[in-house]
Amino acid sequence: MKILGFLLLLAGWGLVLAALALLAASVPRGIFVLAGVCVELVGLALVMRGHLVSEGARE
Amino acid sequence: MTPPPVPAVSDAASLLPIIFILLIPCAIAGLALMNAGLGRSRSAAHSMTSSLCVLATAVLAYFVCGFAWQGFAGPASQVVATGGKSWSWIGSGPFFLRHLALDGAPESLAALFGLLSAALCAMIPLGSGADRWRLGACCASTAILAGWTYPLFAHWVWGGGWLAQLGAHYGLGRGFVDTAGAGTIQAVGGVTALSIAWILGARRGKYVRDGMPIAIPGHNLVLVVFGCLLALIGWWGLNSAGAILFNGAAQGQAVLVAINTVLAAAASALMAAAITKVRFGKPDASLTANGWIGGLAASSGASAFVVPAEAVVIGAAAGALITFAIEWFELRMRVDDPGGAISGHAVGGLWGVLSVGIFARIPATELDVSGGSAIGHSGQWLAQVVGIATLIGFVLPLTYGLNWLVDRIYRYRVAAEGERQGLDLYELGGGAYPEFIVHNEEFMDR
Repeated sequence: MKILGFLLLLAGWGLVLAALALLAASVPRGIFVLAGVCVELVGLALVMRGHLVSEGARE
Repeated sequence: MTPPPVPAVSDAASLLPIIFILLIPCAIAGLALMNAGLGRSRSAAHSMTSSLCVLATAVLAYFVCGFAWQGFAGPASQVVATGGKSWSWIGSGPFFLRHLALDGAPESLAALFGLLSAALCAMIPLGSGADRWRLGACCASTAILAGWTYPLFAHWVWGGGWLAQLGAHYGLGRGFVDTAGAGTIQAVGGVTALSIAWILGARRGKYVRDGMPIAIPGHNLVLVVFGCLLALIGWWGLNSAGAILFNGAAQGQAVLVAINTVLAAAASALMAAAITKVRFGKPDASLTANGWIGGLAASSGASAFVVPAEAVVIGAAAGALITFAIEWFELRMRVDDPGGAISGHAVGGLWGVLSVGIFARIPATELDVSGGSAIGHSGQWLAQVVGIATLIGFVLPLTYGLNWLVDRIYRYRVAAEGERQGLDLYELGGGAYPEFIVHNEEFMDR
């Protein structure tokens, strides 16, 4: 779960970079950048969840 | 008798930034005192020794390769060309500060600023790793942070890198703007602190079997609050020097920066005190201190480009965010962060970065560090969001991955016996308060 979360973090950042490089109009570019941030937040939630599981196992 | 020589214009111009930069160690000392005070008494000497060793490692690592990779707007850097645009992604100057005239020129001031900023950034993870992070591991992690992670992101922001170029290439305001390191120093240090807390795990006895946390209060709140006051002096220097060096602010603007800095910290601390008073019946001293530091961290984003009333709003919002973030990380996410470094520096810093997009009014005549011309400010908020996305989506996995790798080779966490004894005795052979009785009730079977 943690690895998937980190991959999603990187994928979200990739989406942000792709939006900058590929989209010229400001509105779609802004929407895709925000979508990238949302993907990152999902990734962050997965990493947090993975940490919760491993912390529980440690106890 | 001949009169003393009149200082050259360049000397007068560089004197004030040098004074500001030399105040930054006060912020480092403030964080060191906070980290020691919020930790256990049996690890206090270890905490202060770690602070000294981290400071030493950070400045040496930055001297060896950090500034070479960070660079300064203008000189050589590695570029990637895509879509007809060239993106500067890392500096390519010589190592060991060679060929750099250390004479008060802007590039030499940037090197001095970077040396101390890297050390300040490296102090932040010490707060989240308190009471269980081995001294050697602190130094290894610091070498990575000050020698690679911090310079890389600092190049992108202050070295004419691709985040600074967003304005020139895509018309996103002036590109990513970070007056004095809300993202570059505070958030980079804060996400590293989160990585360290994840890798180390919680202190023994912090969480009972049903997952509820046990409060382990800091051992000396006098140190903590004194650290806050000392940090204010350091932040005055940090924010003023950053505004002058990287944002083209006039030296007189240091007055505005200083007022905004203290107002943000004050509003943040009072907001944290008020929230804890309403929720728990009494204001919480350590959360108020964390609120103060979080307000300072947030002020580093836009302090040169907002009016004082906006600085108060930025600080108050930081205080509220940090108070709830500390509780959320500890209760819900089981992240044991004794110093509140993740909330204070990562959350406060990210909010400071975002506040630039919301509140800042950046004059078009300011120096454009990307080397291009200043173009409008309509997309400034988007440039700030791209910076935040980079901190969360790239810097966090990078710093976690690097620290995870080092942890495989050289264990970060001290042995259980070390935690029981306290890091002072276990790693240093002597305690900070030899006449104190060590309490070890949290190690008893429940």
